[in-house]
Amino acid sequence: MALKLSDYKTEVHNDWCPGCGDFGIVNAIQMALAEMNIPRHKAAIFSGIGCSGKTSHFINTFGIHTLHGRVLTFAQGAAISNPEMTIVAAGGDGDGLGIGAGHFVAAGRRNINMTYIIFNNGVYGLTKGQASPTLRLGEKTKSLPSPNTNYNVNPIGLAVASGFTFVARGYSYDVRHLKDLIIAAIKHKGLSFLDVLQPCPTYNDINTRDWYAGTDITDESAKETHSRIYKLEDTGYDPIVHYEEEAEINQKLSQALIKSLEWGTKIPTGIFYKNEIITPYAERLMDKIPNYLENPPAKQKISSNGKPITDVSKILDSLQV
Amino acid sequence: MNTDLTWLIGGPQGSGVESGANIFSKVCAGIGYQVFGKREFYSNIKGEHSYFAVRISDKKIHSNVNDVHLMVAFDAEMVFRHVNEVVKGGAIIYDSDLEETKIDEVHTLDIYFKSRLEKYLESKNKEFSIKGILETAKERGVTLLPVSFREILSKLAEDTNNPKLKGMIRMFNVIGVSLSLGILGLDSKPLLDSIESIFSKKPKVAEINKQVANYAYNYAAAKFDKIIFSPNSVSKEPNTILVQGHQGTAIGKMVCGCRFQPYYPITPASDESVYLESNEILNVNEDRPGSTVVVQTEDEISAIGMMIGGALTGTRSSTCTSGPGFSLMAEALGWAGINEVPVVITNYQRSGPSTGLPTRHGQDDLLFAINAGHGEFPRIVYASGAIEESFYDTGKCFNFADIFQVPVIHLLDKFIASSVITCKRFDPEKVTIDRGKLLEKIETKPYKRFEQTSDGISPRSKLGLEDGIFWNTGDESDEYGHISEDPYMRIQMMDKRLSRFDLILNQIPKEDQVVSFGMADHCIISWGSAKGPIIDAIDMLKKENINVGFIQIKLLHPFPTEYVKSLLKDVKTIIDVEANHTGQLGTLFKQNLGKDVDYFILKYTGRSMTSTEIYDSLKKILGNKAKKREILTHGA
Repeated sequence: MALKLSDYKTEVHNDWCPGCGDFGIVNAIQMALAEMNIPRHKAAIFSGIGCSGKTSHFINTFGIHTLHGRVLTFAQGAAISNPEMTIVAAGGDGDGLGIGAGHFVAAGRRNINMTYIIFNNGVYGLTKGQASPTLRLGEKTKSLPSPNTNYNVNPIGLAVASGFTFVARGYSYDVRHLKDLIIAAIKHKGLSFLDVLQPCPTYNDINTRDWYAGTDITDESAKETHSRIYKLEDTGYDPIVHYEEEAEINQKLSQALIKSLEWGTKIPTGIFYKNEIITPYAERLMDKIPNYLENPPAKQKISSNGKPITDVSKILDSLQV
Repeated sequence: MNTDLTWLIGGPQGSGVESGANIFSKVCAGIGYQVFGKREFYSNIKGEHSYFAVRISDKKIHSNVNDVHLMVAFDAEMVFRHVNEVVKGGAIIYDSDLEETKIDEVHTLDIYFKSRLEKYLESKNKEFSIKGILETAKERGVTLLPVSFREILSKLAEDTNNPKLKGMIRMFNVIGVSLSLGILGLDSKPLLDSIESIFSKKPKVAEINKQVANYAYNYAAAKFDKIIFSPNSVSKEPNTILVQGHQGTAIGKMVCGCRFQPYYPITPASDESVYLESNEILNVNEDRPGSTVVVQTEDEISAIGMMIGGALTGTRSSTCTSGPGFSLMAEALGWAGINEVPVVITNYQRSGPSTGLPTRHGQDDLLFAINAGHGEFPRIVYASGAIEESFYDTGKCFNFADIFQVPVIHLLDKFIASSVITCKRFDPEKVTIDRGKLLEKIETKPYKRFEQTSDGISPRSKLGLEDGIFWNTGDESDEYGHISEDPYMRIQMMDKRLSRFDLILNQIPKEDQVVSFGMADHCIISWGSAKGPIIDAIDMLKKENINVGFIQIKLLHPFPTEYVKSLLKDVKTIIDVEANHTGQLGTLFKQNLGKDVDYFILKYTGRSMTSTEIYDSLKKILGNKAKKREILTHGA
């Protein structure tokens, strides 16, 4: 039976601020799950701490609201134990690129088959607007006592450099495009990263919805405003690593890095980089454990009538004197 | 007379001390002796001093003693550091090429030890050299057995027409072991068999080692014809294994169905994870092969997060760490607590605080294990006292986790981790697997993960289970697992989780909570690996018709107050023995029973306790000559 979009919604009251960019992301995740018709019990949303951390409570699948900065660790553990699950991890930019940055890098190296979405708004909303790792140097959002003294993290660049094999950016006010990106991310064989630009209407008074819409940029001759956001796919950009050759891989990596640096009047969205040549973690495990996917940890039978069925007699024989 | 003999080998880290000791242990165990071996080493890869004491006996032993009977030294530092441990009537095999070595020439001797050594030699009027210190040994009645290790290699090189052998100083360990066995007059065949099995994958190396071993063995047997020791012949007990510290918990995890172990490398815990990974494919009766997925994570925070993620899918999941790593896990431990996730953290303690003595022993983390993490949540802290016990306890810990839906911290330590012992072959038949209220099918809908039940424990779904959808959060939650800040819901949920302490104390069998080794007016209370030396010390006293009682407390949290009280009701003097500075069990005892222990026997040098020093302290206590805190110091 096909599931409807409403099947993926819970009745939990959503207490995000009116106009929050997070709504678009939750909707896009629910739309993606519905469109892919993923059974509810086959999906799990893991989330970090902060406004975005509540995401898992609004989606009617398994929802695991973890610890600040640690969402990837919980999600990877579940994904390794039960690779049949569709696992989406979600968290803020402070969560994933500040306190959790070490896990971000390590996750890229593993390339476990799952999706990680960062809600990127440049501020720590729930603690009243401190600078997040993606806020630019010298910028002063509303509640900062003085301009930001740190250089910003480049999430797309960091993901590419860390080994994520699917790297994309969406915009929370373009929900359909974002939904398509989430579907592509979930379908990707390996670890997917989605950087979602998401205006915080309460604390980020610089990167606002209007700012993204480019209301401040006017084409003098046509008297029109120009959105800062554009789609890479509209420019003929090809993010895919097609074959396993150094020149090809280097070209795709470096074009993604160069694109990741674009900011200001033109901000690219869409898929920056996609590489399915690099083996997902499950395949690496299967080099050592051939039946891993068929008999992963969560599926293994360990007892019969309360007695263990694992036979360690060979090991004990080797210790016997 | 019983045979009870301690053999000591040592040398620079990386020189094969451990493999030498393993060969010796294997040979002795193979003949039928009971073996208790323990390794000491620096936090260093190559060059610093490490040593291995192997005690063999024809009766069951549980610890090391102070006395060394036969020592092998192929470097000068070994001689300088350990000569005084060799007893009158004992012997020292040493490389005679070292005789002229002066203290100042040994750069790995730290200044603190050096100054103590020089003071000692000055008092004995000896020169500051190997020769000087060996003279003191000789005067004490120790037999010196000088052998030129290089000459053995040269002669063998000539005999076998293999000039390469001449410079193979990495064979010194095998020479040392073989000389020892020759002197002890133990059969040489097990020696050669043992070398063959150790180098089974490298037949050429095995061959050379066997040649060297054979030569050195015959050399010693011929040269030192006077038998210094004559160990009793023994008959091998059936079903005996020679097992290393980490293997108890590792094999325990395989048997009880732990299938996921993320970990971050740390001494002395990583050996367990590496062993699990080395044996990752598992034979499963009447089913396809199983496997333990072992993942090396980026840090311990990730290790505990992944473990919890694995447990949420219904997999028995675990991690293995030591103090510094466990410190990093504190926050996520609370998450597992509030979300009632069954996980087992195997914690091989070492000396803290901070990096402390990273390769040395300590029972420093009892109170931390009980209190780690902010907020109030249920957990179990359970400690094993020996390797054999740790195998069975591992299975129990997983059952406790599943039944009570709490994180379990299984405490072990470096003493256990770096011991090699003989014991009865582990019996998987004695292990049971109880997954508590884990569901395979959802009967009642809608499913509520934290449903109120009469015993406070809710049926547990798992990720992937149809109709079993649930939510978890580190926030306080309602029965579904959604965030709730309602004050009455808070009371309901806190009461539900914390009522578990009573349940745990009521349901865990008494004999799994506290083990009594007999009662007397004087009674020891202790936990963890102090058990072995305590049992042996009590045995020593028994031979003098002195009875001392002993209870080993295994369930440390929640504390079995009433049971301990009832066991100790007729005891006059309570003695707390443990390897830390403050007497943490004593603190716990006072907190729960409202009274002080009478004496502490404590050790915090980072070296494990010997039965000798516990015996000595007990004698002082029994003779009313002890201080409230008896502090043990033995061990280089």
